[in-house]
Amino acid sequence: MADKIFRINMTTLSTTVEDIPPAWAGHGGRGLTSTIVAAEVPPTCHPLGPNNKLVIAPGLLSGTPAANSGRLSIGAKSPLTGTIKESNAGGTAAQLLARCGCKAIILEGCPAGDSWYNLAVNPDGVTINIESDLAGKGNFELINTLANRLSSKQGIITIGLAGEMKMTAANISIKDPDGHLRSAGRGGLGAVMGSKRVKFISIDPKDGKVAIADPEKFKAANKIFSKALVDHPVSQGLGQYGTNVLVNIINESGGLPTRNFTAGQFAGHDKISGETMYDKIMERGGKPKHGCHPGCVIQCSQIYNDINKNYKTSGFEYESIWAMGADCGVDNLDHIAEADSLMDDLGLDTIETSVAMGVAMEAGVLAFGDGAGICRILKDEVGKGTGLGRIIGGGAASVGRAFGVTRVPVVKNQAIPAYDPRSIKGMGITYATSTQGADHTMGYSVATNILKVGGSVDPLSKVGQVELSRNLQIATAAIDSTGMCLFIAFAALDDTTCLPALIDMINARFGINLTGDDVVNLGKYILKTEKAFNEAAGFTKADDRLPEFFNYEPLPPHNVVWDFTGEEIDSFWNF
Amino acid sequence: MNITVRLFAFFREGRFVEEVRVYPEKTTVTGVINDLGINIDAVGVTMICFRQCALDTELREGDQLGIFPMIGGG
Ligand code: SF4
Repeated sequence: MADKIFRINMTTLSTTVEDIPPAWAGHGGRGLTSTIVAAEVPPTCHPLGPNNKLVIAPGLLSGTPAANSGRLSIGAKSPLTGTIKESNAGGTAAQLLARCGCKAIILEGCPAGDSWYNLAVNPDGVTINIESDLAGKGNFELINTLANRLSSKQGIITIGLAGEMKMTAANISIKDPDGHLRSAGRGGLGAVMGSKRVKFISIDPKDGKVAIADPEKFKAANKIFSKALVDHPVSQGLGQYGTNVLVNIINESGGLPTRNFTAGQFAGHDKISGETMYDKIMERGGKPKHGCHPGCVIQCSQIYNDINKNYKTSGFEYESIWAMGADCGVDNLDHIAEADSLMDDLGLDTIETSVAMGVAMEAGVLAFGDGAGICRILKDEVGKGTGLGRIIGGGAASVGRAFGVTRVPVVKNQAIPAYDPRSIKGMGITYATSTQGADHTMGYSVATNILKVGGSVDPLSKVGQVELSRNLQIATAAIDSTGMCLFIAFAALDDTTCLPALIDMINARFGINLTGDDVVNLGKYILKTEKAFNEAAGFTKADDRLPEFFNYEPLPPHNVVWDFTGEEIDSFWNF
Repeated sequence: MNITVRLFAFFREGRFVEEVRVYPEKTTVTGVINDLGINIDAVGVTMICFRQCALDTELREGDQLGIFPMIGGG
């Protein structure tokens, strides 16, 4: 059975199963969400109005046995940035949707009235149901309740209270194999789902399977691919310490944004580091290694228990820990874990919300270092939708505007993540030029600036940074289309067997003959499609700039400023 | 000369987190790595006073040397 588009119109409360237009057939993941958003969403529409569409697409290899291929792409016009957006996450939904024969879900329109709905997806299509029990409930209660209502094998895509309240820091969460959550965090996509009044989507593939055109060739390529992932030394560190292994190296390099981007090193770095986290996990009977979906061979996720050895959080990522930790001056890992758990339950992007807290600290709303205060504001203000809660739930730029703060680390309204662009200049180029606002995952120059993966480019020098970011952004757009977790990139950059094996798997899955050049061209096509959408929405190169304070506030310890000219930044698009 | 050596990730196991150690003049980064019994092939990044450095760099009195295995994340 050929894959189909499952379309849900919330204005008319009707659903259809459609053939795939030929122009979309070769796409998956981000390539498909961006192609559909560009084709069907008017760029000037209000992101929370009836003309925006939420597009959910598994990657090209999702649902196959390919290692690490369970990432789900979710796209729309972002209510946070006003640009096109694709945010991806693990969990089981991508694999299960692919097994339903679903190439993409297109969720469009907005219902009249104030009912909430759930969507049930299976290989026959989608049904729309009124949801009266779970509206107004947090993500954890929702997952627990559905554990009784649905079979445990079903996939769940959900929004928390933040999404219901249409906060622009709201994320979309996806259930993992153990009933914990992974999040498509960035860009406020939870608010778009909330604007459609869809509380959750369940996915039941029944006995659906993904067809593979050449199973033998597929198996052989997957073996090479998995070996490249497992053998790469970076994968080994990720399994032991998680992504939080980065705290100490980014701190050592002077690029760890601290107390709302006023310093590049944090005195409490070791207390919130991956090394300390690993020791606490072992002491408290947690699990250092955990996969966010079946088939992950790297397992950067973990189970972090509280001091009483009870489960507290999982998928405890570097960016979240940095944001609540160094950026807010908090050195207590348990406060950070508590805040992480509260944000998962409310359905908030941990980067956006925590950077917003850092700006609020600068404004005097609470003191730097007040981890307990962060938790209180999350519970009593954001969770209850008070005035202050909605300002913080609107993200870092929203807090900056409300309190008259000038040091507001955002690009296109989206919070800058865990690498200071003054001392890791390659990241600055990615933040400035990304089609989606500041986002490290769009082109991870840190790999080559700091980690010496894929070569070495001096993080403090401007030389080579534009080209590096360009090549990484093109490659990333293509990888984001496959359903692969981005951490395959470390092996792909260093091990020459890795990418050809990935391409062989795509060819074996569909019975086609893509080459390496086709993949590069796919990446370029995606970036240009996204840029064209943004231009039609009113964005210009003047938006491809970092906030002004980076130009005049030197960052200790290297005392460097952001020194790229507009022309230099714009040369990114010379391809 | 006194060198503050900082170790990270599994290089700490059975060694230390941070120590001031005494080395003869002209000791290189590689010299310290060998002295600590760290497998040089496992070394990913070395930094002197927060700047990346080559393995054959000679250390100077008071330097702070950070030694990391190959790690990544994001
Ligand atoms: S490496 Fe981490 S993010 Fe990637 S698939 Fe595995 S657990 Fe998920």
